Amino acid sequence: MTPPSNRRPGFSRRAQYSNFAAYVIAAAGALVGGLLLIVSVRDAEAFSGARGVATDATSPVATASAATRSGGQGFLDTIAGYLMSGRENARMRKELALARVQLAEAQALRDENRRLKDLAGLSLGEAKPVAAARLIGSSSSSTRRFATIDAGGERGVRVGMPVRSPLGLVGRVLETGRRSARVLLITDTESIVPVRRASDGVAAFASGRGDGRLLLRLVNLGVNPLKRGDAFVTSGSGGLYRPGTAIAVVTQITSDGAIARPLSDPAATEFIVVEPEWVETETVRELPPQPAQPVKAP
Amino acid sequence: MALPVVPRKFAVPRAHQINRAPSPTIAISLPWLLVMLGSLSPTWPVIASFPLLPPIGFLFLVAWLQMRPGLFPVWAGLPLGLFDDLYSGQPFGCGVLLWSLTAIALDYVEARFPWRGFFQNWLLAAATTALYLCLAAFAAGGSIMQIGPQVLLSILLYPLLGRIVGMIDRLRLLPFRSLA
Repeated sequence: MTPPSNRRPGFSRRAQYSNFAAYVIAAAGALVGGLLLIVSVRDAEAFSGARGVATDATSPVATASAATRSGGQGFLDTIAGYLMSGRENARMRKELALARVQLAEAQALRDENRRLKDLAGLSLGEAKPVAAARLIGSSSSSTRRFATIDAGGERGVRVGMPVRSPLGLVGRVLETGRRSARVLLITDTESIVPVRRASDGVAAFASGRGDGRLLLRLVNLGVNPLKRGDAFVTSGSGGLYRPGTAIAVVTQITSDGAIARPLSDPAATEFIVVEPEWVETETVRELPPQPAQPVKAP
Repeated sequence: MALPVVPRKFAVPRAHQINRAPSPTIAISLPWLLVMLGSLSPTWPVIASFPLLPPIGFLFLVAWLQMRPGLFPVWAGLPLGLFDDLYSGQPFGCGVLLWSLTAIALDYVEARFPWRGFFQNWLLAAATTALYLCLAAFAAGGSIMQIGPQVLLSILLYPLLGRIVGMIDRLRLLPFRSLA
């Protein structure tokens, strides 16, 4: 039997009018949606309040499911571990021997670094984290890359604060609710982080590509000095991100920079730390006053 | 023709079906709840570095619109899209606009081509979803290139979600409200 048409409800005036009204509301809905879209594209913060309330409402459930996620991944890792154990073991022994040596060297360097800093009266001051939280969700079907964490304004999280995991930078806080906050991941196309090469300080900008990798663009154009495997850390220029936070490793060289893989994969991260915003002038203020050098005539 | 088999858990003994009717609250609210549950997929335990998960809520809406034309009013895209916008991470208003247009378009197709088979339904859903994802990526400032896997996955997942919608449809019309 052919389904009854909704468009011609018969001779009842009431049914005809309500049918007509439904189409008017539907068209008005599309119109309202278009207007909302224009407003929110112009001003990304426009509806953050509504979204904050909405994510607050679901954050208890999402926290429980985040625990399941890390548990599930641990289970798979256990199975994979049995299959790979022999080769893995040999490789890890070799790595451990190397790492012990490097650890001793790093310890010596750290001591020396602290001594020199004490001499210069220069202290970066350890960052006291604002809050430790769990990653409880991400925009899974949108092309924008956001994640949700289960700490918000109540625990001192403010817009703009950098978010990191033990492995490296994750992103920065974009919107806060009372008990949850939305984080712009470094892989989002709108995210730009000033970085430098860990070994020699070649400066670049790391912008997200939206596909889980980062595009590194060098500040100084010319010969591309990057190589595969180069590690990049945040440079702290322009403020916001604390210098020296690990961020990515180069996987592919392009003509004017490179494509890099972020070190902290948000999918494999459960706990993150929200750090206070880095203010660039901090170090300058703490430098001891320099005695004025008399200008010598040549 | 074989009658649809109700899972034993939900099956009601015959004697209890006399003088019973479906609850109107459940029969009307269950489809809306299912679509909203699909819209909540960003809170599921998946954290992705690139867009991969299909838009579950949208696929549920398309499945309902095709399976039970007239169950959702034409303006259903307005409230459901608004709810989706709260969680999806898209620019606010993208869901309201695109879901409203989808509901209107599918209503038109329903009036124009009322008899469709499984593959025609699937083709229509595939075209709608691909267009929706492209426009959504455009609104969010992403590139069309990165949503290819997501479009493919959404199209492959549609028949499964259609089965889920069919199960919920059977569940919502179970007569368990006593008329006495």
